[in-house]
Amino acid sequence: MTSKTIKVDYIARVEGEGALYIKLDKNRVEELQLRIFEPPRFFEAFLEGRDFREAPDITARICGICPVAYLMSACHAMEWITGDHPDGAIRELRRLLYCGEWIESHVLHIYMLHAPDFLGYPDAITLAKDHPELVKRALRLKKIGNQLMTVLGGREIHPINIKVGGFYKAPTRARLEALVPDLEWALEAAKETVRVVAGLPFPDFEQDYDFMALHHPDEYPFNEGRLVSSAGLDLGIEDYDNTLIEEHVAHSTSLHSNTPGGSPVHLGPLARYALNRDRLHPGARQAADAVGLGEVVSNPFKSIIVRAVEVVYAVEEALRIIRAYNPPAEPALAVTPRAGTGYGATEAPRGICYHRYTINAEGIIENAKIVAPTSVNQSMIESDLREYVQPRMDLPEDQLRYECEQAIRNYDPCISCSCHFLDLTVERT
Amino acid sequence: MNRLLIGIGNRFRSDDGVGPVIAERLEALALPATRVCIASGEGAALMDLWREAEAVYLFDAVSSGKAAGTVHRLDAASQTIPQEFFHYSTHAFSLAEAVELARALDELPPRLIIYGIEGGSFRAGRELSPPVAAAVDEVVERVSAELGATAPDAG
Repeated sequence: MTSKTIKVDYIARVEGEGALYIKLDKNRVEELQLRIFEPPRFFEAFLEGRDFREAPDITARICGICPVAYLMSACHAMEWITGDHPDGAIRELRRLLYCGEWIESHVLHIYMLHAPDFLGYPDAITLAKDHPELVKRALRLKKIGNQLMTVLGGREIHPINIKVGGFYKAPTRARLEALVPDLEWALEAAKETVRVVAGLPFPDFEQDYDFMALHHPDEYPFNEGRLVSSAGLDLGIEDYDNTLIEEHVAHSTSLHSNTPGGSPVHLGPLARYALNRDRLHPGARQAADAVGLGEVVSNPFKSIIVRAVEVVYAVEEALRIIRAYNPPAEPALAVTPRAGTGYGATEAPRGICYHRYTINAEGIIENAKIVAPTSVNQSMIESDLREYVQPRMDLPEDQLRYECEQAIRNYDPCISCSCHFLDLTVERT
Repeated sequence: MNRLLIGIGNRFRSDDGVGPVIAERLEALALPATRVCIASGEGAALMDLWREAEAVYLFDAVSSGKAAGTVHRLDAASQTIPQEFFHYSTHAFSLAEAVELARALDELPPRLIIYGIEGGSFRAGRELSPPVAAAVDEVVERVSAELGATAPDAG
């Protein structure tokens, strides 16, 4: 074959604006770029000069689908500086809030954004015509995630009840217990989801990934943990900046991140699962075993199964927390600023969301750094696509384009989240 | 006839608050057999809200390029809802998708009317711009006439 170019001008069913450009020359992929042209959003710069207590609410606006990741990473980073560590019921409520976000986000992605790819539908609306039972299950499951967000966060999008030190108001026992029947239904529905998505047709595509995720001694990770990788890293999150180095590439408004050696890492469900499988609750582990999911999943298309396993986990964890819940004496710890630098890393549905802040003695933010998981996954997506396209270069162009889009959606990318430069240089001639 | 009026929008974003403003004005009229609520616009929550209703009226700001204050009235029974009308996120599942998904699932309420009010300013702030404030009066008048005409019978 001679050279040809494949372009996807707007990648559908992902958050934000991105495009794909592939230049094929004879028998090789000459150039491949995941082009992110979403305008940069300057969040880090907005934060400079603001009070440290404002960081959670400001950064939550980076994303409508994973605000909890931003709220939590910002709170933990600030509490690192103030030396406060909410535990007991406050800590449990934070995990419960994260359960809500994972359920809501994962269910949306599994059923509405990713399943149509495997089943050959252009979108969830056409899927619903032939498979109404799938979409109805998705809506009911998603609603339970919404309810958790509403009870804990005050509303389903952009929660308003979270602050450095804890919550403005803690829910009553009765309010949480009212969710139990729906969660019990959700547990079965989530297990059924694992069975259904495990039966989808998957391309044969295994990759040797360097997975990176948080790792906690007792829990599947949401809010806390050490930074570990399948290459053997085991570091405190304060070492993040030496572990993943950000760099600007011309074709993306979202900074790329690679190891100091220049290689990409893989964040998100596959990484969490590979590095924390033994921390799953029994139901989630059994659901994974029942469909023959190995200890490490290295086919990125199968991330849809791992997401479903994580929904089972999130429902089990929500039930565990609610059943043991006693409201905290105070909904939040009183926090007092002091000068310093703090770090927060939590597991957004798409992978580690990292925040670093420096504040002065008055609590004013002097410097901020935020890295969204999609930024980090960009290089990995490009690497997957290069490997995926190479042996499939002779596929009809439409088919290849379609499969490439599906491969991008393996990462549930949140492009809007990933675009926030600190520096903007304008060159004029 | 069990009727539901839903105002969608963010009242801290100038004209984006037009949906909730209209809903509250209509609520003050205490129309018979009519519930009024405010929603964020998240699609799954909307589908859940309107599940039991026989007639649903939605009010939301739109940005389609027409002059601020232009009122669009869409009847979901007879037309598909253009996605770009109510798009506030490429990922979240919003009003247009909720209507089309409900149609695909055969879960549309028997009557679903959408009033889209063209916004002018979506900046931070609680004030509606003058043409949008004028559109509020128009929509309240049209809807109360429409609802008054549908007798709230015992059905």
